[in-house]
Amino acid sequence: MKSDIILCGVGGQGILSIATIIGEAAMNENLYIKQAEVHGMSQRGGDVQSNLRISSDPIHSDLIAKGAANVIISMEPMEALRYLPYLSKDGWIITSSTPFVNIPNYPDMEVIKGDLAKINNVIMLDIETLAKENDVPRSANVILLGAAQKALGIEYSKIEEAIRSVFGRKGDAVVEANIKALALGRAAQR
Amino acid sequence: MKKLLLLGDEAIALGALHAGLSGVYAYPGTPSTEITEFIQGNKLARERGIHSKWSTNEKTAMEAALGMSFMGKRALVCMKHVGMNVCADPFVNSGMTGVNGGLVVLAADDPSMHSSQDEQDSRFYGKFALIPTFEPSSQQEAYDMMQVAFDYSEKQKLPVLMRVTTRMAHSRAVVQVTESPREENTINYNAEASSWVLLPANARKRNDIVCAQQGQLEEDAVNSAYNKYIDAADKSMGIIASGIAYNYVNECYPDGCPFPLLKISQYPMPKKLIRRMCEECDSVMVIEEGQPFIEDILRGIMPGNAVIKGRLTGELPRTGELNPDIVKKALGMPTGECFAPCEDIAPRPPALCKGCGHRDVYAALNEVLKEYDHPRVFGDIGCYTLGFLPPYRAIHSCVDMGASITMAKGAADAGQWPSVAIIGDSTFTHSGMTGLLDAINENANITVIISDNLTTGMTGGQDSAGTNKFEAICRGLGLSEEHLRVVVPLPKNMPEITQIIREEINYQGTSVIIPRRECMQTLQRHLKQKKAKEEKK
Repeated sequence: MKSDIILCGVGGQGILSIATIIGEAAMNENLYIKQAEVHGMSQRGGDVQSNLRISSDPIHSDLIAKGAANVIISMEPMEALRYLPYLSKDGWIITSSTPFVNIPNYPDMEVIKGDLAKINNVIMLDIETLAKENDVPRSANVILLGAAQKALGIEYSKIEEAIRSVFGRKGDAVVEANIKALALGRAAQR
Repeated sequence: MKKLLLLGDEAIALGALHAGLSGVYAYPGTPSTEITEFIQGNKLARERGIHSKWSTNEKTAMEAALGMSFMGKRALVCMKHVGMNVCADPFVNSGMTGVNGGLVVLAADDPSMHSSQDEQDSRFYGKFALIPTFEPSSQQEAYDMMQVAFDYSEKQKLPVLMRVTTRMAHSRAVVQVTESPREENTINYNAEASSWVLLPANARKRNDIVCAQQGQLEEDAVNSAYNKYIDAADKSMGIIASGIAYNYVNECYPDGCPFPLLKISQYPMPKKLIRRMCEECDSVMVIEEGQPFIEDILRGIMPGNAVIKGRLTGELPRTGELNPDIVKKALGMPTGECFAPCEDIAPRPPALCKGCGHRDVYAALNEVLKEYDHPRVFGDIGCYTLGFLPPYRAIHSCVDMGASITMAKGAADAGQWPSVAIIGDSTFTHSGMTGLLDAINENANITVIISDNLTTGMTGGQDSAGTNKFEAICRGLGLSEEHLRVVVPLPKNMPEITQIIREEINYQGTSVIIPRRECMQTLQRHLKQKKAKEEKK
């Protein structure tokens, strides 16, 4: 099995938490993992991305080559498009639909939607609303993960286990909120 | 043995702890910061009382580590590449003194300058100081090589430089680690004054010894387990790949490289292995992360008509970090079919956080400077460097740690007025105090703004060495009380702040203004921690 995943969004949206959960699930499956990220600028409203590679064979490069990513998981719609050259032709984009407008020249959302519509395999979800309506306001990122699970190639139950171990020390309430969020994501992408 | 998912930085930290480390000395700097943070948060380190507090700058860090090594214990120094420039004096001279307890200097380079002013290559420093350099190719190697580095340092009685780059320092992989960490060394008095007191008579002797050692260091590199000559049938080209560049080559050839491949992870350069490749192959391609360090030296080793390809001949770009696509192109392979870049996206540069005190400082400064003809503002390194970007466009320079104050003074010496320096609290203690002393001693006509947010912000909110001491430091350096002004940078205080700035610019002498308000990020973190503590009660 092999999965090359790009996670992206704006600093502070919880992208690296998703990467941690996937990484934990992969390690429990004894898969090889490499997960590269760039720190420092993430707190300051800049774009953030992580290259996450999982495989049953040893992995060499920490970075994903162009046209090689199976999935782009994005907390922000414009950011998903930034990594388009890295997506394989039949790859999946799973993205939040809520724009994060912290720059003066943010493009028209209709243009962004149009560009996303050109890709064959796109799931766009209003994770912010879903999170609020279902009383899991701080777990929008895990809803996104639930929606992306199938495209990742990792079993759902393994991701649930990973959530329990990653969030365990934050208490039962936090764990259950994230388990619920994962399920919401899975249900929403059907 | 057990398996952990670790950042390259974390693997280095754990490797050092498991090798019997007694102290880590460092100043925050991307991509090295997480090494010290890991040790600060580690249970074994706490149990053993390992020193891990942040140093004021990389020079004081290097010197303190040298002191620990002098006493026979193992020390690690960590910094980003430009930090090597700050500790160059003790670093180069540590090659002259030699070491007692093992001493490893970890330089984390930043090709493509994700978070830096340049992409200088720390391998040059290892060569410059005549000491061995290790350049691991993976997170596992980084962990394993830490113990090898300390042992080698103690055997050769020399410090060892270990060099990594962003794409391994800040990348996670599964690492196998020991479950029986080694013990620390105990204090001993073996360090001899005749080696450690670098009077010319002593230093000349040491220099002869170290120069004579170079042959052994090179032979050890030739025989190193981390330098591998992997032969193959197609001799039309040989590939030399150092550090993580080795991974990109293997990525291109999943079934094995058809060309002879020389992996280099230990220096001095294993010339014997390189010569073999040059003799057996028609051409040599050098793939290295950073500057053309190996490539340049190679052109000196090989006869004039040898075909050497790399960053200097255009197969690889001269600047910027490597990635699988760049290496594929260099090896003559086509890039995978992919989508064209989307033309409708906009860049999203980092910006000062909403509510940041630096914003209020810049707003006030810009307001006042409108009243003068050609003001110049000399900036420094930190979150406030973002004052260069719109909407503030407030600073005219930012060169290195502490240069704001010294450049402002030099400009004033040249006749410039207003000459304003803006510097953060951590940067001020790192390298601003000595420049301020120069200014005060000459009563230079500059206005220094120490924008104090009570933290080392850009690197993630580490403790700042001078917190609660700035007024005392300025007075101690001889600044006159009337020209030491403190204010809280908030929008409601704009009239007060602008008036203070105006008065101090108009004063024809050295002034220091300290706008002080805690960083929003650390404030929120502290509030969260406080809340968690109260909930526990």
